[in-house]
Amino acid sequence: MTAEAKHIASKPAAPWARALADLAVPVLSVFTALAIGAIIIWASKANVILAYKGLLQGAFGNLRNLSETLVIATPYILSGLAVTLGFRCGLFNIGVEGQFYMGALASVFVGYSIKGLPIYVHLPLALAAGAVGGALWGAVPGFLKARIGTNEVLNSIMMNYIAVKTVDYLVKNPMRDKVSTIPRTPVVLPSATLPPLLPGLRLHAGLLIALVAIVFVYWFLWKTTLGFEIRTVGANPDAAKYAGMSVTRRFVLAMVLSGALAGLAGTGEVLGTNHNLPAAFISGYGFDSIAISLLAKSHPFGILPAAVLWAALRNGAGLMQVRAGISIDLINIVQALVIIFIAADEIIRWLYRIRKSKEEIREVVFTRGWGR
Amino acid sequence: MTLALECRGICKSFPGVKANDSVDFQLEKGEIHALLGENGAGKTTLMNIVYGLYHQDAGQIFLDEQEVRINEPRDAIQHGVGMVHQHFMLIPVFTVAENIMLGMEMTKNGLLDRAGTSKRIRAFSHQFGLDVDPDAYVHELPVGIQQRVEIVKALYRGADILILDEPTAVLTPQEANDLFRIMRSLAAQGKSIIFITHKLKEVFAVSDRITVLRGGRVMGTTTPGEATESQLAEMMVGREVLLTVEKGPAKPGDVVLKVEDLQVLDDRLYMAVDGLSLQVRAGEILGVAGVQGNGQTEMVETITGLRPVVAGHVEILGHDMTNASPRKIIETGVAHVPENRETDGLVLSYPVVDNLVLSTYYRPPFAHGIVMDHNAIDEFGKRLIAEFDVRTPSAYTLAGSLSGGNQQKVIVAREFSRPSKLIVAAQPTRGLDVGSIEFIHRRLVERRDAGCAVLLVSVELDEILSLSDRIAVLYKGRIIETLPAAGATPERLGLLMAGVRKEEAS
Repeated sequence: MTAEAKHIASKPAAPWARALADLAVPVLSVFTALAIGAIIIWASKANVILAYKGLLQGAFGNLRNLSETLVIATPYILSGLAVTLGFRCGLFNIGVEGQFYMGALASVFVGYSIKGLPIYVHLPLALAAGAVGGALWGAVPGFLKARIGTNEVLNSIMMNYIAVKTVDYLVKNPMRDKVSTIPRTPVVLPSATLPPLLPGLRLHAGLLIALVAIVFVYWFLWKTTLGFEIRTVGANPDAAKYAGMSVTRRFVLAMVLSGALAGLAGTGEVLGTNHNLPAAFISGYGFDSIAISLLAKSHPFGILPAAVLWAALRNGAGLMQVRAGISIDLINIVQALVIIFIAADEIIRWLYRIRKSKEEIREVVFTRGWGR
Repeated sequence: MTLALECRGICKSFPGVKANDSVDFQLEKGEIHALLGENGAGKTTLMNIVYGLYHQDAGQIFLDEQEVRINEPRDAIQHGVGMVHQHFMLIPVFTVAENIMLGMEMTKNGLLDRAGTSKRIRAFSHQFGLDVDPDAYVHELPVGIQQRVEIVKALYRGADILILDEPTAVLTPQEANDLFRIMRSLAAQGKSIIFITHKLKEVFAVSDRITVLRGGRVMGTTTPGEATESQLAEMMVGREVLLTVEKGPAKPGDVVLKVEDLQVLDDRLYMAVDGLSLQVRAGEILGVAGVQGNGQTEMVETITGLRPVVAGHVEILGHDMTNASPRKIIETGVAHVPENRETDGLVLSYPVVDNLVLSTYYRPPFAHGIVMDHNAIDEFGKRLIAEFDVRTPSAYTLAGSLSGGNQQKVIVAREFSRPSKLIVAAQPTRGLDVGSIEFIHRRLVERRDAGCAVLLVSVELDEILSLSDRIAVLYKGRIIETLPAAGATPERLGLLMAGVRKEEAS
């Protein structure tokens, strides 16, 4: 470098400093949402301390509560990763819900119908079936976008309805367990069940799969050529095309992988938590996962705390209601506020006087407009 | 002469950079004062302070010899200062009149008085020789006219001092000349104009006085009569600059690129390239001259595989490359400096190192199988940054936070470091400062001498004339004439660019 270059060169932000700056908005958003929640509790003449203490204890207070929180966090992690992978490719996969259902359906079928296999064959087979089910469901909108340029948001929403109704029909008719009084599938065989991690608790090995998936998605996006292509397509499709990448193929790949992760989330629910697929299976995980991915700033490592937070709010709400007499709807308000603050981060920046650094150039574009 | 504006000892620092360092600047009434300097010299910072977008850390501002405090643009406007930014602040889906009256709407019986506004704006713009159609929608207007709308908008708000920030960066040579005519007529009517630029020719074409900034400090104030181009260039860059490109005669070899009867559609599905044929040989630079919008963009995109061919052939090194994929074309040995560096050439949210391997990331040594080797990528990137003198705080700085000149150097480094047989360079120096232009020109000639075929597309006639060995003139999607650079004059090319051939002209 010449002398002049040294003059111009300001000190570059270290990677960890950049990461820390990225953390500021999500953390402060959660904090602010909880603070406003406290005001609402106070305004409704309840005891704030009692309520939040209840929330905390309900979520983490003892081993059983902690286990329940992590049981909820498991599908949140996987479906949050699914949304993240789409975002990184510039795709809004709002079809995680449908892919979740199809994953659950495929894995439960393999789980109860194939008999006589040892666990080390049957369980991987059932897991793979769930991933493939989700992947196929994700592939459809991805393929349509790549081929004829249709919008993946619309198509994946429609795929959600098809998935829900398909599951409903199959579970009430051909797949219905004849001996059960409520419409549900037969129970998956022990050889296809995700084993519990702690005796007597519902926490199951699905959590380990979710943790591995976090590392895998990070590795895939940042350490492989395919991930580099997906991120480039997401950050700047024109430059990707210019550099010789196939934008359309990466759209399909991202949707397939996103669908596979969503399918695995559904798989964990049937093989680990429920052990069957009831017709009244209502997850909502698919939509919450969009919020989780936003809170995680679409980074796989951010998914873990975001998913645990969401699960804790959901799991702790019950005890909060009992202790302080506050409706569990408060949790919805807090969650909504977090999302508002993340989406409109100017509010948080203004509130806490956080300056936008010049370095901050968004890699992830959440909405690229219609028809592209 | 009375002073319209005076800045005394303006200082402004940003983290890590002293953008303005006790800058003194005087603008006389009725003059056109050029503020000349390289990108990052502090020109725009100074003017943003005057316009109230930034606050000075120290120093005073006087308007009409009265000290003023300008807290926000509203204060500046009230004091008669208007600014036309590089990126226009117009609402595309509004009409010209709606844009101009925005914030100061005329009403009649409580309703917007569109007809009255239109009439007033028509008369007002005519008075300054700036005729604009008040009822046209802004997005339907060419860039040059949009700029006029910005100027009218500033004048309509009572501006006596007009700041034009790099106004010619987005204009064709013809549009630039129109702008200069308008600037002179405004000055003649008593308006004072500050003209921010880094183009030497323009300074001589239009300004009364020139102040040169470098590294945030004033290097001096002079007039076009006293200074020469090379003196000004030296003041700007801080060292001697070669304004003309030194190159020996070309040694043309085999044909590398052969385009025959090419037909290509543009985004609106009009035939943008219609029957274009050309050939480029190894070891020569073919310059394609032409007014912007005559099919340059579409031609380049087709040769590089980014746009489908409707009819005709593209042949590279004897292989048929008609409608081949960009990757196949890149792998044949084609380097491409794209016209639009921010949208096509770079991923702004990626660090510089990642941008340096944007088209080679999948090959050894950068990847083995699907696993990328970040050590190899970093090493390669750092070597290129040093070799091509990219001024960046670090190899991991995001490309988007580099200056335009350094962004272009990243692209040039990436494309020229790959073994290539054909270089397609589209507007390679658009918007760059003198130092970067010199650098890129030198590299292009270097590649030519190494036996590369170079297809240079530029709307800058000077660039075409100083670099090309042969010149092809593009007009309405076809090459209307190809001539050796030796026999070409700006006048001759100018006529050809307007579609007038020699035999027709005489």
